[in-house]
Amino acid sequence: MPSPKRIGQIEFGLLSPKEIREMSVRKIIWADTYDDDGFPYPQGLMDLNLGVIDPGLRCKTCDQKASECPGHFGHIELAKPVIHVGYTRLIRKLLRVTCRSCGRVLLSPEEIEKVVGTEDDQTGDLLSEKDVKKERICPHCGDQQLKINFEKPTTFSEVVVEEGKKVEHKLTPADIRARMEKIPDEDLIPLGIKRPDVARPEWTILTVLPVPPVTMRPSIILENGQRSEDDLTHKLVDIIRINQRFKENQDAGAPQLIIEDLWELLQYHVTTYMDNEVAGCPPARHRSGRPLKTLSQRLKGKDGRFRGSLSGKRVNFSSRTVISPDPNLSVRQVGVPRAVANEMTIPVRVTIHNIEELKQIARNGPVRPDVNAPCGANYVIRPDARRLRLAEGNLDTVADMIEPGWTVERHLRDGDVVLFNRQPSLHRMSIMAHRVKVMEGKTFRLNPAVCPPYNADFDGDEMNMHVPQTEEARAEATILISVQENILSPRFGGPIIGGIHDHVSGIFMLTHDTRWFKKEEALYLLRYTRIERMPAPGKVEEGIEYWSNKQVFSVILPEHLNMVFQASSCQNCDVCKKELCERDAYVRIFDGILESGTIDKKAIGAFDGQIVNRIIRQEGMSRATDFIDDMTKLSIRAIMFDGFSFGIDDEDLSRTEYGQIEEVLKNASLDVDRRIKIYEDGQLEPMPGRTVEETLEMQIMQVLGKARDLTGEIAGRHLGLGNSAVLMAVSGARGSMLNLTQMAGCIGQQSVRGERIVRGYDDRTLPHFRKGERGSDAHGFIQHSYKGGLNPTEFFFHAIGGREGLVDTAVRTSQSGYLQRRLINALQDLKVAYDGTVRTTGGRIIQFEYGEDGTDPTKSAFGDPVDVKGIVESILKEAA
Amino acid sequence: MSTKLNVLKHDMVPDHEIMSEEEVSALLTTYNITTEQLPKVFHDDPAVKVIGAEADDVIRIIRVSHTAGRAESFRLVVKRPKK
Repeated sequence: MPSPKRIGQIEFGLLSPKEIREMSVRKIIWADTYDDDGFPYPQGLMDLNLGVIDPGLRCKTCDQKASECPGHFGHIELAKPVIHVGYTRLIRKLLRVTCRSCGRVLLSPEEIEKVVGTEDDQTGDLLSEKDVKKERICPHCGDQQLKINFEKPTTFSEVVVEEGKKVEHKLTPADIRARMEKIPDEDLIPLGIKRPDVARPEWTILTVLPVPPVTMRPSIILENGQRSEDDLTHKLVDIIRINQRFKENQDAGAPQLIIEDLWELLQYHVTTYMDNEVAGCPPARHRSGRPLKTLSQRLKGKDGRFRGSLSGKRVNFSSRTVISPDPNLSVRQVGVPRAVANEMTIPVRVTIHNIEELKQIARNGPVRPDVNAPCGANYVIRPDARRLRLAEGNLDTVADMIEPGWTVERHLRDGDVVLFNRQPSLHRMSIMAHRVKVMEGKTFRLNPAVCPPYNADFDGDEMNMHVPQTEEARAEATILISVQENILSPRFGGPIIGGIHDHVSGIFMLTHDTRWFKKEEALYLLRYTRIERMPAPGKVEEGIEYWSNKQVFSVILPEHLNMVFQASSCQNCDVCKKELCERDAYVRIFDGILESGTIDKKAIGAFDGQIVNRIIRQEGMSRATDFIDDMTKLSIRAIMFDGFSFGIDDEDLSRTEYGQIEEVLKNASLDVDRRIKIYEDGQLEPMPGRTVEETLEMQIMQVLGKARDLTGEIAGRHLGLGNSAVLMAVSGARGSMLNLTQMAGCIGQQSVRGERIVRGYDDRTLPHFRKGERGSDAHGFIQHSYKGGLNPTEFFFHAIGGREGLVDTAVRTSQSGYLQRRLINALQDLKVAYDGTVRTTGGRIIQFEYGEDGTDPTKSAFGDPVDVKGIVESILKEAA
Repeated sequence: MSTKLNVLKHDMVPDHEIMSEEEVSALLTTYNITTEQLPKVFHDDPAVKVIGAEADDVIRIIRVSHTAGRAESFRLVVKRPKK
């Protein structure tokens, strides 16, 4: 093994023909690869000097075996020079800025200094094509310059004026190379070639082509014993064939036309060998029609060498499967399928203290028959690092050999710490540490309350699990990234974990207004919570004990909690009626007892969760996690107590409402027509800064918007809290009153870019309308509801409006994703130093005080160091 | 009367001022840094031009902050490198 070396400097330059020949171990002249016996041809593309890929053979250059030989370059002598596609830009620039006869830059030293700056102040620009006027006269030799045309991918030509006509003269790569050779070294420096000794411009025109070692283009042997060559080898075969033919024709003195054709063909093959996706060049294809993957394609893009192979990382001790919900788990836990738990292991060092336990684990073997069985192990590791596989036959023998100093790789078992992750990992809560719970089934199970931080749902989402292998890793996982420590989001300082969907609906149904439960009912609701005893019954009637719904909820609250706030269902009345609120939206908790108000999204929901927030501040993370666990269990029981469903007939209204809705829509339509009439009569007064048309459009939109809202109100009057959709909208569980309006009342105006739909045929949206018609239905107003059904024109307009939404989300996600990526790349590795400054790893200051106020949002009360409102509420037990 | 725009008078532009040598050395000691570790601002920045700061000067920028009410920040003026 060579000793590691420190890199002193890196030199960037072009490979000169001399260097290519020097590093070459073999000149390649035959296009064939293997002979009939499967042995490589000497001087063929698979020459044994270029390295070996077949086991058993030895490299002729370094005499090493296939696994050790790194491979060696060969070379092909090209019959005529060809252009390297990667440098066409540079070639074009050099042709345009240098003289065609003397090779000097077409500028006087004074002109150069103007752009580049003086000798000692080299901070100026580089010379560019724009600095040289076209077709000027060389200031050095006085030669008239010609215009250089460049045609993609690799054709250069000079424009000569002959008899008043412009004629293009093609420049061959040999001509170009001759011109490049003439450019003196000093003139290259202001052009941006700072080290002409390592990057002479004529080296961009290839006269000799390096042949990469076989190790970077290995052939694979198919199942039927046939050899299949790498794409690069195919391309090199093409190049050698044409090169050979070119040489033969040249020696035989073939006509100029044929030579030119062959030259162009050779250029094409070398071009596609470098980059098979150049503009203006048909990609070279495999026999099957698939475009070949050549040099540039290996490097470029997401799966290329850089992003795919070098910065790409994969890990062991990880697993991935579909997720599904289980409200009976704690948010701290994750349900792991037995099959996964039997495969993923944790190494445990054997000591005198745990030897008996680990021997038993080894005896349990590699198969755990059911989730309740104790965990087993797959391997044991001896002190000499030998791994012994545990299998059915050797369990006892291996177990008896175990001594302190050995390591047992035991299976996962309940209570182990694992990391759980869902992509895209956009914030730190995308990876959290959970406790394992081994379960039957094939999916990872998680409490639906932890969906928001992962942004997960159960429509087929998959998640990853990682098993920390060391004590340190497990300690860090538990202390820093466990679910419990991540309830508060650093984004807004509030709880990101909390009730969603059914939790909110359920807890709303439970706590709304006043209900009384008998003992068995109350116990049914509280069965899965951690309650230890029931409070005294709220009332006793005819010898039967009753507990109120608010008492049932209060059981899971911490004892000394005092809070006052408005629920989601609060309508923000001018004068709050407090406890007497008819919506029961005034929440008041006194010494851990819910006195009044309905618990809903504001109280326990993810992103809002006022109660959760207060418990964290006053009782700590652990108590808050327990509260969330109890809350999810209680709410699911509560929603099951009455049952909760939504069907098509929940959108039905009565005859009266339908009549009213029709009336409203008819009036709106008439109003629109009336305004159009005013406009057509020229009587419409434009609003400031708007044209008359814009004013009319705004008025129409306003009238129709109002009409839609009115239908919603009419529908809302009929549908009360008994309606599931209303309940979900009011409690904040899902959906809004607008959704309900559109289902039962009227869908309303469809818009594209905030305006009514105007595009389509000449002066009309559809042939169903008269030209120039401005009425509501001709421009995308849908007066039906989803329940009632749309007519064909309405359906079409709806599709137009819906499409805009889809396009918007598609564009937005990709753009914001890229913005986020750039931001994260710029901010990664920053840290808050002990003096409160935000610094880079180099100690450079980014912010003089973290967030300008030096405050951690998760440890402050909305920016204030002290939560005054919370303290006042808990001491006065009154609203602050 | 010059019609030139003074960016510092714009509502959205925070106050900029050149720091004296003593202030700079005090700043560098408090944060235990060299001037190189300060954030930079180019010499041709409109606000820098108005206060007449030159390369190697350190300027103090006083902003109205959402979080802290008033926030001070310091920048080292550097020459804009030409490409």
